[in-house]
Amino acid sequence: METLIQQLINGLVIGSVYALIALGYTMVYGILGLINFAHGDVLMVGALTALQTMMFLMGVAPGMSPIAMLTIALMVAIPVSMTIGFLMERLAYRRLRNAPRLAPLITAIGMSFLLQTLAMIIWGRNYHTFPQLISTTPLEPIAGVFITPVQVVIILASAAIMIGLSLLVTRTKIGRAMRATAENHRVASLMGVDTNAVIAFTFVVGAALAAVAGVMYASNYGIAHYGMGFMPGLKAFTAAVLGGIGNLGGAMLGGIVLGLVESFGAGYIEHMTFGFLNSSYQDIFAFIILGLVLIFKPTGLLGERVSDRA
Amino acid sequence: MNELVSAVPYLGKRNPMAARWLIIIIALVAPIIAWQFGKSWVRILDFALLYMMLALGLNLVVGFAGLLDLGYIAFYAVGAYTFAFLASPHFDIHMPFWLVLPLGAAFAALAGIMLGFPVLRLRGDYLAIVTLGFGEIIRIFMLNLNYPINITNGPQGINMIDPINLFGWDLSRNLQVTETFSINSLFLYYYFFLLCVAGSILFIQRLQISRVGRAWAAMRDDELAAKAIGINTRNMKLLAFSLGATFGGVAGALFGAFQGFVSPESFSLMESIAVLTMVVFGGMGNIAGAIVGAFVLALLPEILRDVAVPLQQTLFGTVILDPEVLRMLLLSLAMILMMLLRPSGMIPARARYAHRENMKQEGAQ
Repeated sequence: METLIQQLINGLVIGSVYALIALGYTMVYGILGLINFAHGDVLMVGALTALQTMMFLMGVAPGMSPIAMLTIALMVAIPVSMTIGFLMERLAYRRLRNAPRLAPLITAIGMSFLLQTLAMIIWGRNYHTFPQLISTTPLEPIAGVFITPVQVVIILASAAIMIGLSLLVTRTKIGRAMRATAENHRVASLMGVDTNAVIAFTFVVGAALAAVAGVMYASNYGIAHYGMGFMPGLKAFTAAVLGGIGNLGGAMLGGIVLGLVESFGAGYIEHMTFGFLNSSYQDIFAFIILGLVLIFKPTGLLGERVSDRA
Repeated sequence: MNELVSAVPYLGKRNPMAARWLIIIIALVAPIIAWQFGKSWVRILDFALLYMMLALGLNLVVGFAGLLDLGYIAFYAVGAYTFAFLASPHFDIHMPFWLVLPLGAAFAALAGIMLGFPVLRLRGDYLAIVTLGFGEIIRIFMLNLNYPINITNGPQGINMIDPINLFGWDLSRNLQVTETFSINSLFLYYYFFLLCVAGSILFIQRLQISRVGRAWAAMRDDELAAKAIGINTRNMKLLAFSLGATFGGVAGALFGAFQGFVSPESFSLMESIAVLTMVVFGGMGNIAGAIVGAFVLALLPEILRDVAVPLQQTLFGTVILDPEVLRMLLLSLAMILMMLLRPSGMIPARARYAHRENMKQEGAQ
């Protein structure tokens, strides 16, 4: 029973990180119909920028409180990621809006590898230890279940961000413009929506979420390196599809569900396959779910769009 | 050959015959020229030929049938591992080359069909992601299937794979022509691979203008319309996946035998992307594009390695961008810039209607 709850909590933590990343995918997909393959790498840039800032701060002001340090690191990482998101859209994707369907996707893949290469040039190939400013020593066990402060912060912060984003999309003017653009570009622009600005805004918001998720992800595992964005990016995409791509609630739900499946899967796979497969196969679950969802319910759990759009 | 011939600048249009001979001569003397720069360049040419086979195979799937496959390297892996299982001391099985090669191709084709069935309904970007996932699953299995039973030997890979042996003629040994003159084994591999690539080109060229090739083109341009004129799109997609995979499998088997060693590291996503970039760079949907793309993008990183590293050393005193980084930079920039500036590639595919000239003439009569 304790293991069950423990896995539940682990799944919830990683699931909320996936959900944050998935929101970025789903917003861009909802508006442009583009899988922004480089989204995971924006996460990596966010995490590594935060790391760099922390290193700098530790050198300049060694006595600074961890919370202040983390806040400043985020304050640097978020704008950097936002700039990258903006530049990607402005320099590459915007020019390809009317190109044949494979062109934007191939560009996005190129963009992903370009970001990784640049990160490799700046930060090297090594794995960096990410300072865990929020404690990772478990709190007092509740009913035999361990939870660490960093996990609590991740869950609470992602919940707050998701609520904030929902409010942004449903209650504000720019949110309404986003929804209108997602529904139909041309009609939206006829109604006086500056669709170009809305699309750029979507990329920027998605990148900001990715930066936060990146810092969370790196804090949770204590590691950052140039290729760290790839797997969570792919899994978050799976989460977005699982929830119904283009649907914000779906992305959140999909992220949490995927996190849980992965956590339980990794915990029980050895038992289920009689020791033949072990937890090193953890990454397979996301791909299997992705395949199954696309084959049997391409609209996802909450979505109503058809998969044949592309 | 025709596409390749007409891609030759200047000569191609004016004197196709001369262009054809030019290509053949260049292909034949290339390793001899490369040898002047050092042995490693011949090896690089050998690998370039393998990349050409891969690019030709992926071009069938992406360029002809319009199915974006990001897990293509998985088939290469299946071919290579099949060869490694059946012709190495790992399981102590040493089957002859002529038996293992078709087996490798067959297993790869089977993997292609296995991938093809579930993704039949998917198109465009979804298909791309699922195929990517397929490639990753294969790689994860290669990495981890050393426990509890050691099948793939995990991250260490399998080594001491038997070399290619053509009816008792071992390609990994230098061929002793006279007592003082011998032909290096790298040359033997080169000409054997060249033969394979030439065979592939001939096959694919016939395929392209066949009923199947035309059906693929129709499906790529408009799936609904293709269905409406009676093309069985399901079978055509499966055929594209399995035929493309077959080329990957053959190239993989040759790779395993040539290198004598396979490990999961050679089959990363980066390699899938590299092959895709070759196809995109050269021009999707045409044979010459795949060949030129593979040739340029397999050679350019190596040339850069030779030029850029010493250059950096003299300029900055240290190596800032190591060759692997340069290769990634080159590939990713090639992909982005090609899509932005020249989406149809260096050598754009010719008009989609095979007999447009004939049609015009008929119309004039």
